[in-house]
Amino acid sequence: MPPALNLYPLLKMDPLIKMSCMIKSLLLGALLLLGSGSVSAYTLEEFQFDSPEQQTEFRELIAKLRCLVCQNESLAGSQAELAQDLRNEVYRMMRAGQSQDEILDFLVERYGDFVLYDPPLKPSTYLLWFGPFVLIGIAGFVVVRTILSKKRAADEPISASEQERLQALLDNSPDSPSSSSRST
Amino acid sequence: MIPELGHLALIFALILATAQAAMPLAGSLTGHRPWMTMARPLAYGQFVFVAIAFVALVEAFLTSDFSVLYVAQNSNSLLPGIYKVSAVWGGHEGSLLLWALMMAGWGAAVAAFSRNLPLPVVARVISVMGMVAIGFLLFMLLTSNPFERLFPVPPEGRDLNPLLQDFGLAIHPPMLYMGYVGFSVAFAFAIAALIGGKLDAAWARWSRPWTTVAWVFLTIGIALGSWWAYYELGWGGWWFWDPVENASLMPWLVGTALIHSLAVTEKRAAFKSWTVLLAISAFSLSLLGTFLVRSGVLTSVHAFATDPERGLFILIFLCIVIGGSLALYAWRAPEVSEGGRFDLLSRESALLLNNLLFVAFTVLVLFGTLAPLIYEAFNLGKISVGFPWFNKMFLALAPFLALLLGIGPATRWKSDQPWRLTKLLWLAFALSIGVLVLTSMSAVSGDDLWVPIGIALAAWLLFSHLTIVRDRLKHKQQGWRQAMVADFSGNGRSFYGMVVAHLGVAMFIVGVTMVSNHQIEKDLRMSPGDSHEMAGYRFEFLGAQKVNGPNYRADQGHFLVYRGERQIAELFPEKRSYLGGGMPMTEAAIDAGFFRDVYVSLGEAVGGGDWALRLYYKPYVRWIWLGAALMALGGAIAVSDRRYRTARARSTAPAGAVGAKA
Repeated sequence: MPPALNLYPLLKMDPLIKMSCMIKSLLLGALLLLGSGSVSAYTLEEFQFDSPEQQTEFRELIAKLRCLVCQNESLAGSQAELAQDLRNEVYRMMRAGQSQDEILDFLVERYGDFVLYDPPLKPSTYLLWFGPFVLIGIAGFVVVRTILSKKRAADEPISASEQERLQALLDNSPDSPSSSSRST
Repeated sequence: MIPELGHLALIFALILATAQAAMPLAGSLTGHRPWMTMARPLAYGQFVFVAIAFVALVEAFLTSDFSVLYVAQNSNSLLPGIYKVSAVWGGHEGSLLLWALMMAGWGAAVAAFSRNLPLPVVARVISVMGMVAIGFLLFMLLTSNPFERLFPVPPEGRDLNPLLQDFGLAIHPPMLYMGYVGFSVAFAFAIAALIGGKLDAAWARWSRPWTTVAWVFLTIGIALGSWWAYYELGWGGWWFWDPVENASLMPWLVGTALIHSLAVTEKRAAFKSWTVLLAISAFSLSLLGTFLVRSGVLTSVHAFATDPERGLFILIFLCIVIGGSLALYAWRAPEVSEGGRFDLLSRESALLLNNLLFVAFTVLVLFGTLAPLIYEAFNLGKISVGFPWFNKMFLALAPFLALLLGIGPATRWKSDQPWRLTKLLWLAFALSIGVLVLTSMSAVSGDDLWVPIGIALAAWLLFSHLTIVRDRLKHKQQGWRQAMVADFSGNGRSFYGMVVAHLGVAMFIVGVTMVSNHQIEKDLRMSPGDSHEMAGYRFEFLGAQKVNGPNYRADQGHFLVYRGERQIAELFPEKRSYLGGGMPMTEAAIDAGFFRDVYVSLGEAVGGGDWALRLYYKPYVRWIWLGAALMALGGAIAVSDRRYRTARARSTAPAGAVGAKA
């Protein structure tokens, strides 16, 4: 374990989780209020493919899958032992001639939707996919109503005290009224 | 001895902050002038004592005083000097102290640069800042004292996290905190205005430059973090939608909405209560981000228990700040008048839409960050919300923002005519459509529709802003160049600042579009002497050798990069093992260019002198950070506008002669 680990409550994950998968979280912890950790590169070299297309397909596939024990990482990026196992599994299935969909279906059955890095659209995720837009829609409605009501509203007269303050500001200001009204 | 002095200074700072929070406010409410005039000296005093504490901690690091627990955990006698200083904010306790220092610094700055403000306003603003400072100083003293001693004294420290031993990350946190904490000034102005019940254009004018400065710092801080992630993490990404990143993005998004909304409040005295709400939100989100990251709830709702003391403190603090300010808002805001009327087509409407979109982005980020927690808390199953979700959601809204951004600045306040806008912008629009058609036919687009859309939107921003500048200068008598210079030294700074910042957005869009769709990434195994062709570049691997740094050992690869027959770069990517322990680190080697980066990152030695490694070709990736830099520059130009300068000049030179000359 990197020495400074215990300083960062964020990083206190389940100890069973392999350090390596936390790498990115650790790194990114540093972005906000400083975390710790380190990185080692990962390479696809360990997998041999018949064709560049197959390699591309494999890359696409593991990018769609999630490292199950990491905070925010696809299978393609993760160094966790579990992720490596899963990559090997995907590789074996591909070599056995299974299609992308078959592999994905199998993995979803085994691990649940969580294994998909991109959550699927279905009733349990409606909240996730549409929730924000409902909120935004409500906000949009309020905005439109505001604009429309503003169109009808009359200019409100300024109060006597405001008039006084305005005069004081104008007297103090070296800007001429015409030049200040043009600035943005 | 010195660490104890630091500790003592913190306690004094807390006492002063308490007085700062109470006395000026009480004075402003009772009209007791002497109490109000205490605001400035108390703010200076608090700053001085926090600064003493900070210097004491720096001293402990510079002398490698490992009897201080925090120093022992974050430093090492072999650490290079500059990193001994940056190690001060390399951990939790020290970053809090830095935060407190900046908080006190902003307070002192407000005290110093607010001579032209009415005393009750200054008193209330400084009071509110004192209240926030109490929270942070208490947090530090109760749960996170950086001066805690360690017995027995270890002979050597554990070393600074190697990742932080980097220039980009040494200055990233201070910039970010300057932004976070800077929003506390906008917050304090808003709360002060609510307390005083006087929300007007003058209030907006006072808080506007402060808000913009904070926003500039936050922009730089986030861009630095992204740039650092790009070159230091070794896989070439520049944004990961990680919770900690999101935590910094949310205040930025709301802050961006706020600086636009303040413009309306200043110019037209409209959206007042909305602007106040944004000011409260921007700072609250800064605090929320701190809470989310610090407490550990993001990892899992159960992780909160791992450090309940700190988490609980921040949670309570958060509730007091957010709850208190919203309660005040609910109590006071209904009394606020809502400015004059404006038409459907007007600058006000455009800026309101801008605010809607930025708030929508914030909602997206907040929702995406918290969704896994919500699902977990309500037993709805575990879901994965990461990169793909955020990208899709943002892409659904971003084009609207870019379209609006080309129109908004061209609209007139209060009321505009559709035909006038059409006449003004049709050429810019036609040119952008031309760009759209050309790019979708050319090879640049590949097979993805997003490339032509992105490029065309950037072109639209460029053309429309050129049009807007031309329109502004059209009526001037001189030639356009003299007119622009005169305008710039006159009242035009905030206008040109806006143009520069918006062109930064265009540049950012190009960078994101190109690098997302056209980057090339290759994982390879190479033997010494091998070469590999990629994107028209030939990478020749000459082998790797061992090198020693001050506190690490490294394997250093040696690459020559050729374009055709010409050698364009010599790259030395490293894989470092720090003596302090921890995992090996990759130090990517990058040949940076305006239009592309080539990037080599060393993986594992795989035997026989062979290395597994990763090559990248990253077109236009610099434009992402250059765009952010332009945005920050635009903000800085806007703040230097004459109407803020005259205010300041008047305050320092009572005759007002300086302001008149400028």
